[in-house]
Amino acid sequence: MSFAEYSECIAEGDVAIIYLSHDSMMPVKVQRGAQTQTRYGVLRHSQDLIGHKYGSKVSCSKGWVHVLHPTPELWTVSLPHRTQILYTTDISMITMMLDLKPGSVVCESGTGSGSLSHAIIRTIAPTGHLHTVEFHQQRAMKVQEEFAEHRVGHMVTVRNQDVCKDGFGVSGVADAVFLDIPSPWDAVGHAKSALKREGGRVCSFSPCIEQVQRTCAAFTDHGFSEICTLEVLLQVHDVRTVSLPLPDFGTDSDLNQDQDQAQNQGQNQSPAAVSIKTTTKPREIPGHTGFLTFATKPRT
Amino acid sequence: MADNGDDDSQHRMKEGDYVVLKRGEIFKAAQIVTKKKVIFEKQWFFLENAVGHLYNTTFEIQGGHLQLKKISDAGDANDSKEVAGVDNRNIVDDGKSQKLTRDDIEMLKEKGLKGQEIIQQLIDNSSTFKDKTEYAQDKYIKKKKKKYENSVTLLKPSCRILAMMYHGREPGKICHLRYDTLAQMLTLGNIHAGSKVIVFETCAGLVLGAVMERMGGFGSVVQMYPGGGPVRAGVDSFGFPAHFHQTLHEFPLCRVNALLNGTLEAAGKNPSADEPVTNAEEEQLAPGAEQQGSPEELSMETSAVDSDSLEPEEKEREKRKEAKEQEKKQRLDEKRKKLSAAAAVLEGKNADGLVIASRFHPCPVLMGLLPLLAPSRPFVVYSQYKEPLVECYTKLKEQGGTVNLQLTNTWLRHYQVLPNRTHPLLLMSGGGGYLLSGTTVASGPPKPVQPKPAGASQSKEEPAPKRLKTTDTDTA
Repeated sequence: MSFAEYSECIAEGDVAIIYLSHDSMMPVKVQRGAQTQTRYGVLRHSQDLIGHKYGSKVSCSKGWVHVLHPTPELWTVSLPHRTQILYTTDISMITMMLDLKPGSVVCESGTGSGSLSHAIIRTIAPTGHLHTVEFHQQRAMKVQEEFAEHRVGHMVTVRNQDVCKDGFGVSGVADAVFLDIPSPWDAVGHAKSALKREGGRVCSFSPCIEQVQRTCAAFTDHGFSEICTLEVLLQVHDVRTVSLPLPDFGTDSDLNQDQDQAQNQGQNQSPAAVSIKTTTKPREIPGHTGFLTFATKPRT
Repeated sequence: MADNGDDDSQHRMKEGDYVVLKRGEIFKAAQIVTKKKVIFEKQWFFLENAVGHLYNTTFEIQGGHLQLKKISDAGDANDSKEVAGVDNRNIVDDGKSQKLTRDDIEMLKEKGLKGQEIIQQLIDNSSTFKDKTEYAQDKYIKKKKKKYENSVTLLKPSCRILAMMYHGREPGKICHLRYDTLAQMLTLGNIHAGSKVIVFETCAGLVLGAVMERMGGFGSVVQMYPGGGPVRAGVDSFGFPAHFHQTLHEFPLCRVNALLNGTLEAAGKNPSADEPVTNAEEEQLAPGAEQQGSPEELSMETSAVDSDSLEPEEKEREKRKEAKEQEKKQRLDEKRKKLSAAAAVLEGKNADGLVIASRFHPCPVLMGLLPLLAPSRPFVVYSQYKEPLVECYTKLKEQGGTVNLQLTNTWLRHYQVLPNRTHPLLLMSGGGGYLLSGTTVASGPPKPVQPKPAGASQSKEEPAPKRLKTTDTDTA
C-alpha cells in the first residue's frame, strides 16, 4: 500500500480507510493484534484486516463495514484536521491548471494538514518531487510522519520555515508553485525564484478578495502573465424517490358516483400517487472556499 | 539543479511538433509542418519559422510567416494617461467619434503598420477618447488590441490548454465536457502513473489524452471503442513522446462479454468477423483493385505458373494485387495481436480505474465495464445530462458492489481582478455536464436489507442531510 500506488491485500503497517457509510469514513493504521472500535462493532486487525483484499466487507457485531485502499481523495475526507483543508473540488482544479503530471517538481506552502500535498504527490509520482514549507513546527513534524506512514516520504521534502522570509529552500527547479498563506504577495518573489528558468505555473488560494487583488498586483509586478482568477463550487445531487399524490377530480358523472366509486375501489383504476426518481439539492448550495488565482511565469 | 543549455532542446519547437496557437482567449491546435499553411483567426500563415524557438514564444504574423515579436512592442499604446475624463455624462455615442474610416484603416494595415501603431492612430483620431475615464480608456485600448493585434503565441500542448480549447471551439465534439469537470474526473478517478485504467469516451480523444498525460507513460490505458475502431485524433494534439503509445491499448466493446465469459479465444481472434464497418473501410481504401479483384485473383492462382507469359502491364497489376493482399494480411495480423494484447491486460479483471465520457447512454456502458475493475477502485462517469446518471445511481444501489456514490456537477466562475474594477465575470453552471463517481467493493452475495442501527435502510444509504456538515466546514 502507498498513497501513490495500489496494492491488492491489506498488510501490517498499511493505512486503510474504513468505510462505514456515505458520510462516515475513518483511517486506520493496521497493526497485528490491534483493535479498532466502530459504531458497528470491533474490528480486529489480525483476523479482519491483515491478509484480506482491499474492498472486502468485514462483518462486525452490529453490522458491517468495507475496507478501502487509501487514496488522496479518501484521505481528504477522513484525515484529522489540524487546519482548514482544501477539498477535492479545488484540488482537482489546481492539479489540472498547474499542469501537474508524473515528473513535475512542485513547491507548496503552507502544508497545513497535508490534504493537497497528498494529492500532489500522487500526481507527480514516481519521478517528481514536492517541496513543501510549513512554518508551524508541530504541523510540519506531524505531516512528515504521515508522509512516511503513507509510504510517499521519498517524494517529498518538508521544510519548517517561513516562506515569505526564507522561500522554499530551492531555486530554479519547480514546474509549479502553490501558495495557501495569509499574505501570498510576500511570497511571489520567492515563487518566481523557485520556478525553473524556462518558466512554470503558479497558483495562489485566498478566501478574501482583498488578498486576491494584492496577489494579482504582485504577479503583474513580477512579470507573470496569463493571470486568471476563478472559483469552483461543487453542487451535489441527492437521488431520491419521491411520491407525488394525484388529486381526485371526481368521476365523469355525479349520478353514477356511487356505482363508480365501488368499481374504482375494486379495480384500482386511478392510482393515488406517482413515484418518481429525481434529485434534490441540499438546502444550501455549498459555500465559498476560496479564490484560485493562476499565472504563468515566462522564461527569464 | 538549474537547467543549462543542453536542457533547452526539449523546450524548443521542432518540425513535426504539435503546438497550440493562442491569441487572447482563442486557442487552436496545430502541427508545425513546413510549407503547410495554417488558418487562425482569419489569417493564413506558415509555422516553420517557429522551429528552434522556445515554446510560449509570441510571434507577429507578417507576410504569412512568423516573425519574432520584439519586446519593445509590448509597451502600452497610451502611456501618457494625463488626459482623461471623470464620467460619461457628456459623451454621446453617435458612432461618429472615430475619424478614420474602415478604408483608412485598411490602408494603414497595407502600409505595414504594426498593431500598436494602428491603435495609436485610432486613439489620435478619436474625438471622445480624451473625455473617457481612465478605466474606459483602458478598456478601449484592450478592445482595439484584441481586434488589431497581429500576434500569436505558440504554446506547448497540455491537458489544461486543450480542454479549454475544445470547450471554447468545439464543445459538441466533446459532449460539452467543461474543463473543470474534466479536472474533477481525473482526480476522482485517482488517475496516476503505474495504474491500469479503462477509458470509454467519444470526446475526440481529449479524455483519453488527459488520462495518458496523468499516467506519464507508466502503467497502461485500455481504450474501449464502440464501433469499427478507436477514435483518438485529439490524442495526437498532446504531442506525447512515442513511448507513451506503447502503454495504450484498444479493445472493442462488442467483445467484452466474450472476454468476461472467457470465450474470447474460442470465438477465434478474427477481428474482421464481427466488425463489418472495418471491412467496408478497407474496401473503400482500394476500390478499383477490389472490384477487379475476384476474376483476377482466380486467374492469378490458376495461372501462377504462366505468370511469365503475361503482359508487363498485367504483371504490374498482379504485383500490386499481391502487395495489397499482403498488406491486408499484415493489418489483420496486427489487429489480432493488438486484440490479444488488450485482452491480456483486461482478463484479470483487476483494472485500477474506469473513466466513461460519451454520447452513449452511460448506464449499460458502466454496468458492462464495472466487472473489469478490481475491488476498492474508483470509477467516474460523465454525462452531459443528469437523468441517465440518476438511472446509473439507482441501478448501482440495487445491484450493490459499489460505495461512496456521488452525483455532482461543478460551477465555475471567472473574475476580473483590476484595481477598483474587481468583479465576477461569467458563471458557468449546469452546462458543463454531470459526474457520477464511486468506489467498487468486493461483490458478495446480494445483500438483504441489513438491520443496521439507527434505523438505516436502503434509502438511508442515499446521501443523508448529515452530509451538509461535511460541506459546511468549507465555509467555516
